[in-house]
Amino acid sequence: MDTLIYLILTLLKIVVILVPLLLSVAYLTYLERKVIGYMQVRIGPNRVGPRGWLQPIADFVKLAFKEIIIPTKANRFLFVIAPMLVLAPALAAWAVIPFADGWVLANIDAGLLYILAMTSVGVYGVLIAGWASNSKYALLGTLRSAAQIISYEIAMGFALVGVLMAAGSLNLSAIVSAQSGSLLTWYWLPLLPLFMVYLISGIAETNRAPFDVAEGESEIVAGFHVEYSGLLFAIFFLAEYANMILIAALTVIMFLGGWLSPFQGTFLEAAFAWVPGIFWFLLKISVILFSFLWLRATFPRYRYDQIMRLGWKVFIPITLVWIVVIGIAILAKLPPWFN
Amino acid sequence: MKAIKDYIQRLFLWEMFKGLNITGRYLFKKKITVQYPEEKTPQSHRFRGHHALRRYPNGEERCIACKLCEAVCPALAITIEAEQRADGTRRTTRYDIDLTKCIFCGYCEESCPVDSIVETRHFEYHGEQHGDLIMTKEKLLALGDKLEPQLAADRAYDAKYR
Repeated sequence: MDTLIYLILTLLKIVVILVPLLLSVAYLTYLERKVIGYMQVRIGPNRVGPRGWLQPIADFVKLAFKEIIIPTKANRFLFVIAPMLVLAPALAAWAVIPFADGWVLANIDAGLLYILAMTSVGVYGVLIAGWASNSKYALLGTLRSAAQIISYEIAMGFALVGVLMAAGSLNLSAIVSAQSGSLLTWYWLPLLPLFMVYLISGIAETNRAPFDVAEGESEIVAGFHVEYSGLLFAIFFLAEYANMILIAALTVIMFLGGWLSPFQGTFLEAAFAWVPGIFWFLLKISVILFSFLWLRATFPRYRYDQIMRLGWKVFIPITLVWIVVIGIAILAKLPPWFN
Repeated sequence: MKAIKDYIQRLFLWEMFKGLNITGRYLFKKKITVQYPEEKTPQSHRFRGHHALRRYPNGEERCIACKLCEAVCPALAITIEAEQRADGTRRTTRYDIDLTKCIFCGYCEESCPVDSIVETRHFEYHGEQHGDLIMTKEKLLALGDKLEPQLAADRAYDAKYR
């Protein structure tokens, strides 16, 4: 009986996390079109509903009613299962994300490791999608995407090593707690190079502009999902944006103090004490997501060899050096972060 | 020295932040999009839209079936058949423009010695069935009758340049 109640409760919690997540994915696409439009002196979608607020719903309805075309020589089983392999890890990773103090589905001690594992599994879906399509553009896109994700995962992993050294824990809630103090004790300051590397690698991980050679609309049409249509395509789309939100959430947890109030340690702390932690968490995620859109509106696509050069010859050395610096700082018990 | 400066600038993403600054400022600029069905851009009096055939003020059709427009049409969109009428004048019995072929170059209007075939400012039209966009003499004359005040005004405005 207890097990049953526990199961139902857990399922309810999953629904409470996933439904707002999927809604925010839908509205992130709307926001993206609006923000990029505004930066290009356009106004973006404004026809469906007041100010275009129903646009994501119209998009979804359109995709849902489209025919799913499976190419003749494609491997049907893998072709259909690939989008799910991309989406599932992107959603599963949310299990360990702490939304506020104690608000976490699974407070496991190896949370960071779990996150790394989940984000790495996503690349299999991309690989399978490109291979199963039996199309040269899909295969090229897949190769690019896989090579890019794997390369940037190394830099990303090293950046996270810096975080776990500083926090002394793999548990995400503990990492956030370790940052409490004030705006300046959040890890973005002592780990500034790692913060930048993580942010940029995060964009590369999610195959977003300016690292979107895997999609490369202008050269290889749409890359690994060129043969997908209808709902299967919608799932890829969903996964890309869910991954974006996930990366933003992780950045906030690792470097920007998660649910901690930015006024901590200042005279405004008491005035803002009534604001719940989840508000700060969501606010910080929104800021990071906005910067992703901003970057997309600003930069042209990298050339492929430049992407690889940046990943291997710039980011990995920077992170390695900074890990050593952090190690020394911890040994020296450098205040105010490591005392 | 310059190499070191360049290296440091690149390491700290200096140019990147400059680019972000520009797009960031554009975010707040006034938007210049024209909301098409509600707002429209101004039209030239030489606008080349849907064709029409004009009449003289006494109601007689202008076209004398000289077939200059048919000859000049680069897209071969115009088909004319002519005969002599009872009063001895030469008139068309058929004047078809295939708007699916037409490239709206305006040569027909240029070539017309009697200002009969013109291109109007009317451009919001569509066909729902095959053949709807093949304009016959009747349709063209009807449109000309409807738009005559505007057509006359536009030609009067442009007269000093012709």
